[in-house]
Amino acid sequence: MKFLDALLGRSKPKQPKLDALFGVTGAAITLEASAGMKPTGQAAVCFKPASGQGFAAASEEVKGLLELAVKEAGSTLKISDDRYGYRWVVLADPEMEDLVTSAHLVNSTLEQYGFGPQLLCSVFGFRDEGGRRFYLVYLYKRGSFYPFAPLGGERRDNELELRVKATLGGDLPIEPELARWFALWGLPLD
Amino acid sequence: MARTRFPADAGLTSRMLGTMFLLGLLYVVFVAVLIAVLPRAYLPLVLLIAGGFLFFQYFFSDRIALASMRGREVSPEQAPELHQMVDRLCALADMPKPRVAIADSDLPNAFATGRNQQHAVVCVTTGILRRLSPPELEAVLSHELSHVAHRDMAVMTIASFLGILAGFVVRSSIYAGAYGGGGWGRSNDRDSNAGAVILLVVLASAVVYALSFLLTRLLSRYRELSADRAGAILIGRPSLLAAALVKITGDMSRIPTRDLRAAEPLNAFFFAPALAPGFSFSTLFATHPPLERRLEQLEQLEAQLGRPA
Repeated sequence: MKFLDALLGRSKPKQPKLDALFGVTGAAITLEASAGMKPTGQAAVCFKPASGQGFAAASEEVKGLLELAVKEAGSTLKISDDRYGYRWVVLADPEMEDLVTSAHLVNSTLEQYGFGPQLLCSVFGFRDEGGRRFYLVYLYKRGSFYPFAPLGGERRDNELELRVKATLGGDLPIEPELARWFALWGLPLD
Repeated sequence: MARTRFPADAGLTSRMLGTMFLLGLLYVVFVAVLIAVLPRAYLPLVLLIAGGFLFFQYFFSDRIALASMRGREVSPEQAPELHQMVDRLCALADMPKPRVAIADSDLPNAFATGRNQQHAVVCVTTGILRRLSPPELEAVLSHELSHVAHRDMAVMTIASFLGILAGFVVRSSIYAGAYGGGGWGRSNDRDSNAGAVILLVVLASAVVYALSFLLTRLLSRYRELSADRAGAILIGRPSLLAAALVKITGDMSRIPTRDLRAAEPLNAFFFAPALAPGFSFSTLFATHPPLERRLEQLEQLEAQLGRPA
């Protein structure tokens, strides 16, 4: 089918894989237990807003549902657009499980409306034993995670990233192609 | 569960399939004629040379195109914004990241080349970087990445093989006729016979060449529409691609003529063709569909997005 699609020039929008996202809860436990790395209590879902009434309706519903969920769980919510034209829904909650559930709420609502292909990634904030920030990024289309540790001046702490990869090796589907560990500068998370 | 908002464009698919079928049919008929008419030893030679040409074009397309546009590959440090855009689009579309290049040219354009996703290059000119806003540039990049995903360079190279073959047969037959003195018919009494055969082969090849030229151009236009469609769907904002198209084609006609003419042979790779103003180009020969046709398709997609779920 893939060959035929290429031959006929009709690539289909890639649907996201949502299930592997829940693995991050277990990964947080492993990171804390074996490397002393703690979650910062912040997470974000990033997607590309589409134009038109259909997407506006989906956004409204996501926002409504999230505000409701946030009120119940006592967490906070912030929505912002970045300079590359992607929208970030930033969530803060001390409980990792609540964060993942809220993130999944965004995913599944967008998917219900037929906007699954617009999902780019989810990001979960962590801090290592020395206080350095890093993030676990979930790639929706690949169904895999990779660590991203930004340093000042748009450089990355590759050593920390590889250490996280080694720690999580068996627990989480880590993106095997290093070329796909793309940088996310200017994340709206702390 | 997984839903898409965009029904497949069956019309475009079937038109493309029809074009490919005709091209394939023409190919089979032409080779059959060559086998029937030409001496045995000649055909493998022709196929070998034309095949070698195809092979070269297929494997070095990325380098050839980059070199002729004087594009240079840029690292993420040299062009961080451009790389970040490509990074994100690739993650959105789930494809490996192509190499990114910038060509020093005021002509606002972009092209993608390379035989597959692993050997792809996306190149933008400094002219397009200067003229388009970042979202518009992203729309253009999504169009080019769709070319990569559809493997358009490989498809068009293979589709143009027939034309190369026919053109080569015409040239070598005339050459053989002029210098060989009937090199195919070894004895004198077969000279007139050989002359007729050469004439026949030249005529048939010329016809095949013309037909395959039209068909590959037709195919190229369908591939462009496909890339527009896939690119617009990828970023979810068809009108943005339309805006970029209008901006680029509007700018195109205001640019000094000399630049444009110099770039014309490369049109097939471009995002929007560079045509010298005042030069009337029949739609039959164009590599790209007319602007109106492209805008119309994007408008339809925008309407599909607008529908409530």
